[in-house]
Amino acid sequence: MMGPEALPGFGSPPPREEMESLVLTDDDDHSFAFRSAMASSALSDGRHPLSAAPASLDSGDPLPSPHTPPAPLLQNPSSPSSSAAFLDPPSYADVIFSPFEGENGQASEHDLPLSLDRDPSSRSDRFLSSGYAKIAVSDPQKEQETTNSLVPGANTYVTYLITTRTKDPDLGGPGEFSVRRRFRDVVTLSDRLAEAYRGFCIPPRPDKNVVESQLMQKQEFVEQRRSALEKYLRRLAAHPVIGKSEELRVFLQAQGKLPLPVTTDVASRMLDGAVRLPKQLFGEAGAGYVAPQEVVQPAKGGRDLLRIFKELKQSVTNDWGGVKPLAVEEDKEFLERKEKMQDLEQQLSTASQQAEALVKAQQDIGETMGELGLAFIKLTKFETEEAVYNSQRIRAADARRIATAAVKASRFYRESNAQTVKHLDTLHEYLGLLLAVHGAFSDRSSALLTVQTLLSDLSSLHMRAEKLETASSKIFGADKARIRKMEELKETIRVTEDAKIVALREYERIKENNRNELERLDRERHDDFLGMLKGFVINQVGYAEKIAEVWEKVAEETSVYARQIA
Amino acid sequence: MIPAQMSPPGSSSPSPRSPSNRPFLSVSVTDPVKLGNGVQAYISYRVLTKTNFPDYQGPEKIVIRRYSDFVWLRYRLCEKYRGIFIPPLPEKSAVEKFRFTSEFIEMRRQALDVFINRIASHPDLQQSDELRTFLQEDEENMEKVRSQETGIFKKKPSDLMQIFKDVQSKVSDVVLGKEKPVEESTPEYEKLKHYVFELEDHLTEAQKHAFRLVKRHRELGQSLSDFGKAVKLLGACEGDSLGKAFSDLGSKSELLSVKLQKEAHNLLMNFEEPLKDYVRAVQSIKATMADRANAFRQQCELAEATKLKEINLYDESPIAFFMLNGITQNSHVAFTLHSDKLMLIRSDKAPEAEMEYRQLKTESEEATRRFETIVRLMGEEIVRFQEQKTADMGIAFHEFAKGQAKLARDIADAWRTLLPKLEACASSTSN
Repeated sequence: MMGPEALPGFGSPPPREEMESLVLTDDDDHSFAFRSAMASSALSDGRHPLSAAPASLDSGDPLPSPHTPPAPLLQNPSSPSSSAAFLDPPSYADVIFSPFEGENGQASEHDLPLSLDRDPSSRSDRFLSSGYAKIAVSDPQKEQETTNSLVPGANTYVTYLITTRTKDPDLGGPGEFSVRRRFRDVVTLSDRLAEAYRGFCIPPRPDKNVVESQLMQKQEFVEQRRSALEKYLRRLAAHPVIGKSEELRVFLQAQGKLPLPVTTDVASRMLDGAVRLPKQLFGEAGAGYVAPQEVVQPAKGGRDLLRIFKELKQSVTNDWGGVKPLAVEEDKEFLERKEKMQDLEQQLSTASQQAEALVKAQQDIGETMGELGLAFIKLTKFETEEAVYNSQRIRAADARRIATAAVKASRFYRESNAQTVKHLDTLHEYLGLLLAVHGAFSDRSSALLTVQTLLSDLSSLHMRAEKLETASSKIFGADKARIRKMEELKETIRVTEDAKIVALREYERIKENNRNELERLDRERHDDFLGMLKGFVINQVGYAEKIAEVWEKVAEETSVYARQIA
Repeated sequence: MIPAQMSPPGSSSPSPRSPSNRPFLSVSVTDPVKLGNGVQAYISYRVLTKTNFPDYQGPEKIVIRRYSDFVWLRYRLCEKYRGIFIPPLPEKSAVEKFRFTSEFIEMRRQALDVFINRIASHPDLQQSDELRTFLQEDEENMEKVRSQETGIFKKKPSDLMQIFKDVQSKVSDVVLGKEKPVEESTPEYEKLKHYVFELEDHLTEAQKHAFRLVKRHRELGQSLSDFGKAVKLLGACEGDSLGKAFSDLGSKSELLSVKLQKEAHNLLMNFEEPLKDYVRAVQSIKATMADRANAFRQQCELAEATKLKEINLYDESPIAFFMLNGITQNSHVAFTLHSDKLMLIRSDKAPEAEMEYRQLKTESEEATRRFETIVRLMGEEIVRFQEQKTADMGIAFHEFAKGQAKLARDIADAWRTLLPKLEACASSTSN
């Protein structure tokens, strides 16, 4: 952090919201939390740049007006009247600027950069045009699970207050809603969405944490999770299809317990599946096949162990068997896109890392500049107090100019950086979204695998039927048992055929979803990245100009020395 | 380069305005050349003198000197001109010697140039034999002169620096009066002492931050370069107009990286180094203060010794007893009181004792004179120092501000060129 705490503070810094509202894009206050959430996740060293700004105003600023300035001692005729106070804090109005100074060189103080403000497809505006006018997560509370536990403090969890507002009648609006949810509910929501929206790029939910109850004590973790949840819900709302989903609406609006089927844990799923398995293998008629309605879901998450085994076998055959499977991914366009996504992911990862390093470097230079300024403030104060000769006073005045400029520049660096974090965070965001793409692609592959497995099944069933036919035709007279088996087999084939048709349909549906989503992703990414570049550049230009002005003034004030060396 | 007081350096002939009766002396230190191998390696510098001083080989002379020659010069001047703040030398770094980066060499060259010019523009120092020897003797003679010195200089320059350092470390104790109870304690001088010590602290801190700022510039430059490269690759991935936009951004980023490295160097040479020089100058003042304290102590000791000798010479008398007490309070005053005392001489030891006494009195007067010279010189030097530093720092501040302003403008200009291209980039909704 900046400088020694010895110097008196700035006085009360303006409240955070006020400060935020003065910075570059003038979003609603609800997107303030959005921005700060992004900012906190962007920096790897855990420092929150936006909180750094007001805090260091407290500790790092040089002498404010309360400190009595030794004005009578200053006899330097060349120092302007503003040298009476040690440092006037720059007004926050100065922060708002126009990046295009124009020929007259005047920076207009109150214009907002037009292009960024009116860009209709920036991320936050996409949220604003969703069905939900407001989604906010707040007020984490610790609650106790109502089990008869002997251990106090066991089974405590945190709930969050989720307040939303919508005008859309399809979404239960107009109205305001307030519900309490725990993280487990979020997992449920995420799982149900994954089931219902296969092939879509569903925004990834925040991570679970294994040692949850331990970490719950830390306020930081809770705050992190709160902001991650908010981000997640807003992303869901911003999705053109999922935003309108019943699952989301119910999550946001249904009072009391979340009315979505709960995801059972892996162990009990497996247990159920193991119970069914003997029946599937040896049991009643019709138990050996997979029901058509089940094929719309992947085998992996389910309880059908037999199906899981079969599909696993199929995928192994795909990879290692010499025979080409009966259905393959043929869509060239898709394969190209997939490769491109992988490439993009790699470059995005590198760019995101370098962006973080850049932000840190900018932060460091701002900090050091501030510390330099403070050191010169101290020097100035010292020289002024101890001055015996006029040359000392002149030098002290010069040093003060440098100090003031350095502190101002430091502040500009910090403010600029807070913005840069916001902009470059887009890179980081998209890395996360590419995870969603993975999800969409894997939906597609598992659907294809289901189709392939069923096709293999059918092929082997047909072969069995053929064998039975040939066998029975060699024997005179109908064997009752054999006829029954034949019937059963024909039935199995019929059901499996139905399942195959459903699976194929599902596969095609998912492919279509994939296609649409990729297109949407490309479009949105194009706009978001463009917005990011614009925002980044405008910010850099604006603040560089501000900093240049500060130093040019000092260069002018000290130009008398330049003539000496000329 | 700090111009010599008389005329700007680099003028090849006396300007038409200055007739030949107006003396000038200008020196420049240039062309560092690495000589020798491995541990023996050193840098030699070309020292060019332009002058019309009568006892100089004019109008121009070039000699080759190395760092230890500068050390010799400084040492000799420090010994001879006590009371004058001898300009400081850049530190001899044992580690850097092996690396000799071009930056280190440039920093040292600049500091040596500043050093020699300060001496050349000092009204007293510029007249010294030592300076003339340094500027004029050819290299062979220079070596002879160096080895002719007292035993103390037979040591290697590194040892010499160590001696300097020892003196320096003793300075605080001596000047602050920690070693001996005998110290000068006029309120004015006390104030000056504390001023100097505190000034050093403040300056050291400022210099430290300035150095760090240089480093930060370099780091930012590096990360801009890396960022630029990564962004360009990303652009290649994206393709079409967006890809081009990324690529342009990356290029600008790399361009700015270069500018930042340049400014880092500028900051180092024209802001950080002058600050470091300031710190060294203050340390030089401290060394003079140590000299002053030593001189004061000597003076006191000799005065007391003289007094005692005087007492011993004569019969004890009520006057002597009274005077003896007076001595411990204020030797100086006591001394003047005794200057025309009655002399009652003991007949037998008289001549010998008388001679010893005379000798001691002469030494005591010498010591007083030395001390008073230092005090007088210091008084003048302080004024010069303050004025010089205001000028030096004024230039440094100006260069700092200029450099930062230019860097910021360049940054703004570079990024600004991207804006029209970005505006032109079609947004997908406008398609």
